[in-house]
Amino acid sequence: MTSYLTETTGIKSWLLTKDHKRIGLLFMIATALALILGGVFALLLRFELVNPGPDFMDGLTYNRMFTHHGIVMVFLFMVPVIPTVFGNFFLPMMLGAPDVAFPRLNLASFYVYCAGAVIVLASLWFGGVDTGWTFYTPYSTSSPTAVATAAFGVFVVGVSSILTGLNFIVTVHTLRAKNLKWMEMPLFVWAIYATAIIQVIATPVLGMSLTLVAVDHAWALGIFDPNMGGDPVLFQHLFWFYSHPAVYIMILPAMGVVSEVVCTFSHNRPSSYRAIAFSSLGIAFIGFLTWGHHMFVAGMSVLDVGIFGILSMFVAIFSAIKVFTWTITLKHGRIRFTTPMLYFFGFMFLFVFGGMTGVAVATSSLDVHWTDTYFVVAHFHFIMVGGTLTMYLAAIHYWFPKMFGRMYPERWGLVGATGVILGFIFTFTPQFLLGNAGMPRRYWTYPAEYQWLHVASTAGATILALGLVVTLGYLIWALFKGPRAERNPWDSRSYEWLAPTPPPVHNFEAPLEITRGPYDYHLPESP
Amino acid sequence: MNEFMRKLLMLPPQASTLARSIDYLHYFVIITTMIGAAGVAALTLYFLIRYREGTGRDRNPPPDTRPHHARGGVSLWFELSVFGGLLALFVVWWIIGFSQFIRIAEPPPDSMTIYVVGKQWMWSFAYPHGAGSNGVLYVPAGRPVKLLMTSRDVIHSFYVPDFRLKTDVVPGRTTQLWFEVKEPGRHPVYCAEMCGPGHSEMRAEVIALADADYERMIQGLAQAQVAGPVQGLAIPFEAEPREPLSLAAMGQRVAAEAGCLRCHTVDGTPHIAPTWAGLYDAVIPLADGTQLIADAAYLTRSIMDPAAEIHRGFTNVMPSYQGILTAPQIGAIVEYIHSLRDVSRSPGEAPLPAPIQGTVPLVTPLEGTAPGEPRAAVPNSTGATP
Repeated sequence: MTSYLTETTGIKSWLLTKDHKRIGLLFMIATALALILGGVFALLLRFELVNPGPDFMDGLTYNRMFTHHGIVMVFLFMVPVIPTVFGNFFLPMMLGAPDVAFPRLNLASFYVYCAGAVIVLASLWFGGVDTGWTFYTPYSTSSPTAVATAAFGVFVVGVSSILTGLNFIVTVHTLRAKNLKWMEMPLFVWAIYATAIIQVIATPVLGMSLTLVAVDHAWALGIFDPNMGGDPVLFQHLFWFYSHPAVYIMILPAMGVVSEVVCTFSHNRPSSYRAIAFSSLGIAFIGFLTWGHHMFVAGMSVLDVGIFGILSMFVAIFSAIKVFTWTITLKHGRIRFTTPMLYFFGFMFLFVFGGMTGVAVATSSLDVHWTDTYFVVAHFHFIMVGGTLTMYLAAIHYWFPKMFGRMYPERWGLVGATGVILGFIFTFTPQFLLGNAGMPRRYWTYPAEYQWLHVASTAGATILALGLVVTLGYLIWALFKGPRAERNPWDSRSYEWLAPTPPPVHNFEAPLEITRGPYDYHLPESP
Repeated sequence: MNEFMRKLLMLPPQASTLARSIDYLHYFVIITTMIGAAGVAALTLYFLIRYREGTGRDRNPPPDTRPHHARGGVSLWFELSVFGGLLALFVVWWIIGFSQFIRIAEPPPDSMTIYVVGKQWMWSFAYPHGAGSNGVLYVPAGRPVKLLMTSRDVIHSFYVPDFRLKTDVVPGRTTQLWFEVKEPGRHPVYCAEMCGPGHSEMRAEVIALADADYERMIQGLAQAQVAGPVQGLAIPFEAEPREPLSLAAMGQRVAAEAGCLRCHTVDGTPHIAPTWAGLYDAVIPLADGTQLIADAAYLTRSIMDPAAEIHRGFTNVMPSYQGILTAPQIGAIVEYIHSLRDVSRSPGEAPLPAPIQGTVPLVTPLEGTAPGEPRAAVPNSTGATP
């Protein structure tokens, strides 16, 4: 049986494919380009900050640069990456389905994403955007830069996000294989399902608020302009109502990858399947009630500060349940230490440290000092990027054999992962200290006493970049020259490994009938 | 212990009465965070090593007989107590943090009020007796001070790291921030909300003075002696005026006070804005490709409307000083630039101007466009939309 890679050939068969696996690969290329672009922006920012005075940018260029770093990384990489690449590729396979529920919609969501990305990047051409990815009014509505173009681009990317989410929800409800019960779905499916719910509910609010900004910017309607009776702080409420749940859109799929990686490589069932599945839903729900913790000093009532503070802590409890469950899953396992497991180990440190500093910044009196400083920058990079980026890389390595039918070089994998994790820690630990010392965010010149910490951070960023370059290098090598992979090289019990490697167009040779759970390591692995 | 932890975590000095207790909570929270993250990483590492493949410690194969949702040998009670304990810890943080937040939010009834206006990209302050200053906020040490703040354009955020305090400054609203500085001294102020190309230059300084010095300062009667590092070009404070100031010297003082010298150098060193050295009457290229002579008229126009004719190679980050500087002050600055006409434009050749003798009032009388005046009619309206 021919694989999905070779069934049809020609550029058209890829660009017009309705196969969820090929669409996943298209997304993989697009999001990888976004990661590289956002990473180059980040490095330029870091090198500008090596000296306290101006180096090779001016204030406006610097502001454009961090804005586009944020927009590209958040909206074009972290929000879509795991659902559109690995969700697309593996969610149907984990359900034993031949494809997603709406294959044409799936292809449409890819082109809508591309259109949005092109519009976002076109805004660079029309003068860039200098408002920060947060688009705070009234600065954004009065900025002379291409705010409306970028906001429209993000809006379009949001449409793609909704289409993907909708597709996944329907797929999970309708296309589960015969006998596949809800409580026997792989945990990655639960994570993607919870994410899809947030995408469908929250993204319209983002679209609405950005439309208001774009309209306000273009025609000066004064929706957020106090001179005309508008309220600038209203925008922050609307924006964070999406953008706080968006944090969980980014981290929940990563958590799904963690669950798969941990169980597979420790050959053990999760210490509590229900705890992991339901805490995903818990995070998705509570995540909608915590947006106010971004605005403790923005002019909220004291009562609101108290309420948002305590609600934020419940999210941390759900995350703690997951961390605890993963750790105990290792116990009595039979652990194979591979590149994904090294990423998992890095994830555990970054996620717990980033998560607990999240509770710290939700502690209202401490937040007064920390908010809008580098402490917050370091915190959200630890939890969002540290969490999502490490698990994105873990997922590439974990599923590489199934996706491409070849193995990656394990030793190089461990080298790359070490570079990424250490580089990451060296980049952002100095930024926690910068925030403590009072260095505000988004400063392109700064008092000289902060310099040595900036230099340390830039050095770390260089290591991180090298780690990523090494990773990209050997993965491209492995794509063509890696040793052929068996059907189930990790001896996993999850359903996607039942398919041939690489899978045929409709995933399985025969319709899948589920006879055991996805983590039944005490049973033989029978297709 | 306090000093050790403060320096270890690189926290700035604890200059306000609230800072120390906030820092204690900071130490508690951060130490717990580090223990938590290190503990989880250590436990993970231990399991990774102990249960690695080939050690024979695993339970499968042979097929295990655990119930379907086994917890890896961990009892439900243990699990519940872990999460209960964690929640209790977080609630303790919340209780302490929120009670501190209430103290931060509620100014003592006897606090004196100073009005603050944020504007791209400078801070203006107006004092109860009708005086005003730009870029430097004078406060009495040992007395609670309440700032009533608003913005003329976009959202700014008034941030004093040494006080551990920050509040957004929002157009159309009046927000407040109070503090009590423990001792006389100087403390940097930053804008913490991105407000445009000049955001990172939107800095100021709080100068806390002893009570008597403050009173004299605010009435414009005398200058105070202030110790500490000086931002920008140092202006020595004189207790007694020795002789009347020349117009250029007055201009130098006004330029330092208004923040001009944070971007414009006077010795030819390239910086954020065109240097003033040798600028007067020089032919300068403009951003639109034309040229003009930087005469007194151009310099005056540029102070009032900086965006109109921009020197080529520079970004417009300068705020308009219209309504902020008085006509005599602008005249003094132009005269000061005039006095720098013969300074070489290449750095290092000309010595810094000698310290000025004598004095002018640092605090200028309030103009008709007094910051905060209309908003001051609604005191304590924090968070309310007018």
